[in-house]
Amino acid sequence: MPDLLIELFSEEIPARMQTKAASDLKQRITDGLVEAGLTYEGAVACSTPRRLALSVHGLTSASKAIREERKGPRTDAPEKALEGFLRSTGLTKDQLEARDDKKGQVWFAVIEKPGRPAADIIAEVLEKTIRNFSWPKSMRWGEGNLRWVRPLHSILCILSDEAGTEIVPLTVDGIVSSNTTQGHRFMAPDCFSISNLDDYTAKLKRAHVVLDAQERADHIWADATSAAFASGLEVVEDKGLLAEVAGLVEWPVVLMGKIDDAFLDLPPEVLKTSMKEHQKFFSVRNPKTGRIERFVTVANVETADNGATILAGNQKVLFARLSDAKFFWENDMRVAKAGMQPWLDALENVTFHNKLGSQKERIDRIAALAREIAPVVGVNPDLAEQAARVAKADLSSEMVYEFPELQGLMGRYYSEAAGLPPEVAAACEDHYSPLGPNDDVPTAPVSVVVALADKIDLLTGFWAIDEKPTGSKDPFALRRAALGVIRLVLENGLSVDLLSSMTAAARGHPAPSTESELAFAAKWASEFSNDPAWYVARDALDFIHDRLKVFLKDKGIRHDIIDACIAMPGNDDLTLLVKRAEALSETLKTDDGENLIQGFKRANNILTQAEENDGVSYELDPKLELTEHDAEKALFAALDTAEAKIKPAMAAEDFQTAMSAMAALRGPIDGFFEAVQVNSDNDIVRRNRLCLLNRIRVICLSVADLTRIEG
Amino acid sequence: MADEFSKPTCFQEIILRLQTYWSSRGCAIMQPYDMEVGAGTFHPATTLRALGSKAWAAAYVQPSRRPTDGRYGENPNRLQHYYQYQVLIKPSPPDLQDLYLGSLKAIGIDMALHDIRFVEDDWESPTLGAWGLGWEVWCDGMEVSQFTYFQQVGGHDCKPVSGELTYGLERLAMYVLGVDHVMDMPFNDPQSPIALSYGDVFRQTEEEYSRWNFDVADTETLLQHFKDAEDECQRILDATHEDPKTGKRIVMAHPAYDQAIKASHVFNLLDARGVISVTERQAYIGRVRTLTKACADAFVQTEAGGFAA
Repeated sequence: MPDLLIELFSEEIPARMQTKAASDLKQRITDGLVEAGLTYEGAVACSTPRRLALSVHGLTSASKAIREERKGPRTDAPEKALEGFLRSTGLTKDQLEARDDKKGQVWFAVIEKPGRPAADIIAEVLEKTIRNFSWPKSMRWGEGNLRWVRPLHSILCILSDEAGTEIVPLTVDGIVSSNTTQGHRFMAPDCFSISNLDDYTAKLKRAHVVLDAQERADHIWADATSAAFASGLEVVEDKGLLAEVAGLVEWPVVLMGKIDDAFLDLPPEVLKTSMKEHQKFFSVRNPKTGRIERFVTVANVETADNGATILAGNQKVLFARLSDAKFFWENDMRVAKAGMQPWLDALENVTFHNKLGSQKERIDRIAALAREIAPVVGVNPDLAEQAARVAKADLSSEMVYEFPELQGLMGRYYSEAAGLPPEVAAACEDHYSPLGPNDDVPTAPVSVVVALADKIDLLTGFWAIDEKPTGSKDPFALRRAALGVIRLVLENGLSVDLLSSMTAAARGHPAPSTESELAFAAKWASEFSNDPAWYVARDALDFIHDRLKVFLKDKGIRHDIIDACIAMPGNDDLTLLVKRAEALSETLKTDDGENLIQGFKRANNILTQAEENDGVSYELDPKLELTEHDAEKALFAALDTAEAKIKPAMAAEDFQTAMSAMAALRGPIDGFFEAVQVNSDNDIVRRNRLCLLNRIRVICLSVADLTRIEG
Repeated sequence: MADEFSKPTCFQEIILRLQTYWSSRGCAIMQPYDMEVGAGTFHPATTLRALGSKAWAAAYVQPSRRPTDGRYGENPNRLQHYYQYQVLIKPSPPDLQDLYLGSLKAIGIDMALHDIRFVEDDWESPTLGAWGLGWEVWCDGMEVSQFTYFQQVGGHDCKPVSGELTYGLERLAMYVLGVDHVMDMPFNDPQSPIALSYGDVFRQTEEEYSRWNFDVADTETLLQHFKDAEDECQRILDATHEDPKTGKRIVMAHPAYDQAIKASHVFNLLDARGVISVTERQAYIGRVRTLTKACADAFVQTEAGGFAA
C-alpha cells in the first residue's frame, strides 16, 4: 500500500485563501483517485504561505481490471444499428461475439479494461486538478497560459512504500514533477529531496518551515500570551487575526514591542484597529486600566540579534501610523469641539442612494421619524431629534474615512467632545445596532429611538423604490434591518404601532411609480387605505412578519402559531403579537389546549358546511330553553363562563388568562360532541345547536385565528 | 559598485544603487516622464509598454504627485510630491522575486537581520482600467514596494504578463538610513561640502503646494482644463491613421495618452480642493478610464504595441 505525497510550491499565497485551497486540493485529488478506481485509507492536507501539500496514505497500487459485457443489436439487425454499437464500444466487428438470446442471435461486446498503475492515475488527476483549480482570484504570469493564485514554481509528487520512493512523472505547462522542494525563503533556501511524508515534515522543520497552519497558530498564541503575561499584560484575543498571521509566516517568531507614550491617549479602539488593519499586530492590554500599551508582531525569521532590528523597524512603522491616526484624531477633535457643523454640511454632498437622496436628506428623514417614535419609548422628541441629527456626523470625519469600521464609535467620542448630552453620544455609537443576530440590542431609550428610526427609514426607503431582497441577494442588508426592528421592539418590550410609523416614514420617500412598484400597491389596495405610503408600509410590514417567523421559529414557536396570531388585528404591535403567540404556543402544549383545537375544528367544520349548504349564517344567540341534553346545557354554561373571563382578559392583553379560559372549553366541547347529534331532525333544535357552535367559533377566534393551526 | 551590504549614506545613493542594480540586470534605464502623474505606473514606459506582445524591460525614477497627501512638510512621512522607483519587465521572468530581493540587498538591506514578507495586495487602477495580482512587500512591517503581475491594462488582457515593481523611495530610504522624519533625510552625501537634507530641497515646496492644492487652486480653471484635456484626447484619437502630410500611417497613441495623464492629474487636484462629491467622483474616474482605454486601443494599433501591417 503506497503513500502519495504532493506539494505544489508557489510564490506567496494570500493568507485568507490557504485553508480552503488545501481542503479543495484534498477533495479534488481524492475524488479523482476514487473515481478512477483507487482506494485509500486517509488523506491530510496542509498549507503554508508558499505551499499546498497533500498526503494520501494507504493507496492501492493499481486500479482493478474491469471486465464489462454489453449486449448489442441482433445479428440480423440493420447495418446502421451495428455501426452505432461498434462506435459506442470502440471495438471492431470481428471482436464481437454472437450469442444466442431469447429473441435470436445477438451481438455481445466484451470490453476488458486492464487495471492502471496508481502513478498513471495520479498524474492524470493531479494535472487536471491543477488546471481546473478554483481560486477566488487567479492569474497568468510570464508567457504561460496556466492560471494559479500566484506563479507556480514546482510540483513534488512521489509514491513511497517499504521498497522505496518513485517520482510520479507529469508535466504541467513546462513544470516537471520531482521529489524535491525547498525550505524557508531566507533561512534555508536550498533544494532537498523527499522520500515520504515523515521525511517531508521533518526536513521542512529542519529547514525552518512548520507545515501545519494550526501548529503555527498555536505556537504564535502560546508565545504571545506568555510574553504578555510575563509583563503583567494580556493579549486581546482575535481569532481571525491569528489565523491570518499564521498564514503569513512559515516560521513564526513572536516579538512584543511598546507603543509610544504619545499615543496612549488615543481611544483604545483606534489603537487596536490601526494596528490590526495596517500591520496585523495583536493588541496587548493592561488588565488593570483597560489601556492598550503594547503590541505583538509575528516575524517570519530568526535573526542573530533576536529580532531587535525587526522590532525596532516595526515600532517605527507603528509610530508613523499612529502619528497619522493622531493627526486625524486631533483634526477631528477640533471640528467636534466646535459643534461638528462642517461635517453635517458635508453630508449634503454624500449620496446615500441616487433614488433616495443624500446622507443629509436621509438624516432629515430619520430625525423626523425619531420625533414621531420618541413618545412611545418615553423620550423627549427634541432630544431624539438632536441625537438623530448628529448620529451620522462622524461619517465626514477623517478617522472614519480612514477606518470605516470605527463609524458610530467615533461619533460617540466626538459628540462627547462637542459637549452633547451623554444619551446623544451613546446613540451615535448604538444606533447601528443590532448588526447581527447575536449582537447586543441597545436599551438606552434615545439610542433605541434613533436605531429604530434608522432601520425603518432604510426598510421603507428601499421598499418604496422596489429594491427588495431577492433570494440570496440583499445588497442593502434589509433582512438585517428588519431583524433589527424586531429585536429592538421585542427586547425592549415596546408597544409601537409600526404600521403608522412606517407609513409616516414612507411619506418621505418617492411614491411608487413604476409598474413593479405599483404591483405590490395593488396587492394591498383592497384593504384599509388608498395611500401609496400605506401600501409601502404594509408590504414592508409583511416582510418584517416573515423575518419574525424565522426569528420565533428559532425560539421554538411553530410557524402556524405565528400565522394564527398575525391574522389578528393589531399585528404591527410586535410585542403584543409575540405575547399572543407565546401564550398560544404554551396553551397548545397542554392536553386541554391540543384537544380544544380538535373540538374547535370540528365545530368550525360542521358550522361551515351547514352555512354553505343552507346559504345562511348562524349568528343568532342560541337559546338555553331549546337545549335537550345535559351536555348541551353544560356547554352553554361553560361558554358563558369562558366569555366572561376572556373578554376582560383580552382587553387587558392578558393572553395567558384568556387562553386558559379558552382551553377550559375543551371538556364541555368534547362532552357536547359525544352526547349530541348537531343535525337534529328538528330544524329549530338544529339551528339552535349551530348557533351554539358559532359561539364556540366567535369566542375562540377572538383569541387567535385557530383555523390556521395545523394538525 | 559599493559592497552589497554596506549602508548607503543618503537618498540619492539609494537611487543610484537601484539604477546600477537594474541596469546590470538588463533593464533600460529610462528618465522620468515629463508630466505630472500620480504614480510611476502612469509613465508610458509602463502603462503602454505593458500592452502588446513585444518584450520590454525598463527601470526609472518617477516624480509623483498626490495633492491630497500634502501635509505642509510637517508630517514625517506624507508628501504631496515624492519619488517612485519603477521596474517593468515583460514577460515577467520566473525569478522576479529573487531579482527583487537582490535589489533590496543592493541598497543595504541584510536579509539575515530583517523580516521581508510578501503580503497579498491586489492592485487595481480604476483610472487606468488596469488590474493585477501581487503583494505589497513588507520589510519589518513597513510596506517598501508594490509587486504586481499585470493581468489587464486599459481594458486589454496582458499577453505576455508584465511584472511590475514599485518602490516608494522616500519611505524605503528613510528606513534604510534610519531617519524618522523625511525632511531630516540626507539628500546628498552628508560629508559633502554643501550637504543638503531632503528638507533643504523640498520643505518649502511642500508648504507652497499644500496651500495651493488645498485652498488656492482655481477650481473653475481646473474644471476647464479637465474638459480641454478630455476633448483633445478624443480629437487626437479621432484623427485618421494616415497622415496626409507624410503619407505614413501614424497612430498618435502617446500624444493622446498625455492628455489622459493630464486629465487624471487635474482630477486629483480637484479632489484635493474638495469640490468633487462621492457620486461625481465615480463619474470622473469613469471619464479618465474611457480616455486611457481609448489610448490603449490606439497603442496596440502601433508598431511598439505589436501591430504588424
